[in-house]
Amino acid sequence: MQIILNGENTMLDSNVTVLDLVKKYDLSPQKVAVELNLEIISRDEYEDYNLSEGDRVEIVEFVGGG
Amino acid sequence: MTERQILEKKGGSSDSLVIAGKEFSSRLIIGTGKYQSFQQTKEALEASSADIITVALRRVNVFKKDEPKLQDYIDPKQYTYLPNTAGCYTADEAVRTLRLAREAGGWDLVKLEVIGDKKTLYPDMEETYMAAKTLIKEGFSVMVYCTDDPIYAKKLEDIGCVAIMPLAAPIGSGLGIQNKINIALIVENANVPVLVDAGVGTASDASIAMELGCDGVLMNTAIAEAKDPVLMAKAMKLSVTSGRMAYLAGRMNKKQYADPSSPMYNLI
Repeated sequence: MQIILNGENTMLDSNVTVLDLVKKYDLSPQKVAVELNLEIISRDEYEDYNLSEGDRVEIVEFVGGG
Repeated sequence: MTERQILEKKGGSSDSLVIAGKEFSSRLIIGTGKYQSFQQTKEALEASSADIITVALRRVNVFKKDEPKLQDYIDPKQYTYLPNTAGCYTADEAVRTLRLAREAGGWDLVKLEVIGDKKTLYPDMEETYMAAKTLIKEGFSVMVYCTDDPIYAKKLEDIGCVAIMPLAAPIGSGLGIQNKINIALIVENANVPVLVDAGVGTASDASIAMELGCDGVLMNTAIAEAKDPVLMAKAMKLSVTSGRMAYLAGRMNKKQYADPSSPMYNLI
């Protein structure tokens, strides 16, 4: 299925949870935040959310800034 | 009585910065953008003795798995990370960003900035005010970046912002405080900390802010774009400290004409 991850079209297998997605990119759940279709998903719920075709996911982190 | 005398009378000789009930020994807050490397950022931070650093929230680059992260160099347990809303032009964007920041880091103390114009990066006060209202209702402790308009500064305080942060001059301009009168008015009217944020260029700019009675100074470019950022960070630490001391000491009165320092009697 295709989702939009951080603004980019991304192909995924079916049956992918938010946790699977975070792990796929070797990200540490402690250092990021995830938004699925404008809803913030809390860390302990990552594995409860299955992704669907066309979902918009944002994965963000802290970077240097003023 | 000078402020120092009032403080000492209260029994406390510590002059810490108190924001939303939390004490910080440094009155200098620094940003973490524009440095050559995370290592340089870390060295400048250590030289500055700042307790609080601002950070931005951005999309992860999912294709660069092994890129070093800021948290690998600057421990969020040792320093207070202050998420900002740089890049936000509407109240909705700013609120969304800070909700995500709180989810990522768990912190309620945040810096709110909503910009109105790409060229000047001047705050849009209408959007800033709306964002502040929403965030405060959601339990955030909002340190608000704003213009040096004393009326808006008071309105932001009245809705519950924990610190008012008027600009000295546009972000990254290094022009120093452009309107001392307004900064002084904001300080006079405020019952929450006032920190000059943005536009500081060199040590004297930071000192002036503190001499006007500000509770602190926030800066990024002044350090990051100095020829020697680590040395400038040290200079800024000293200037904030000395400016604060000068303020507490109570400066001499300005006079229109001369007033000799040596006795004018028993002249040979």
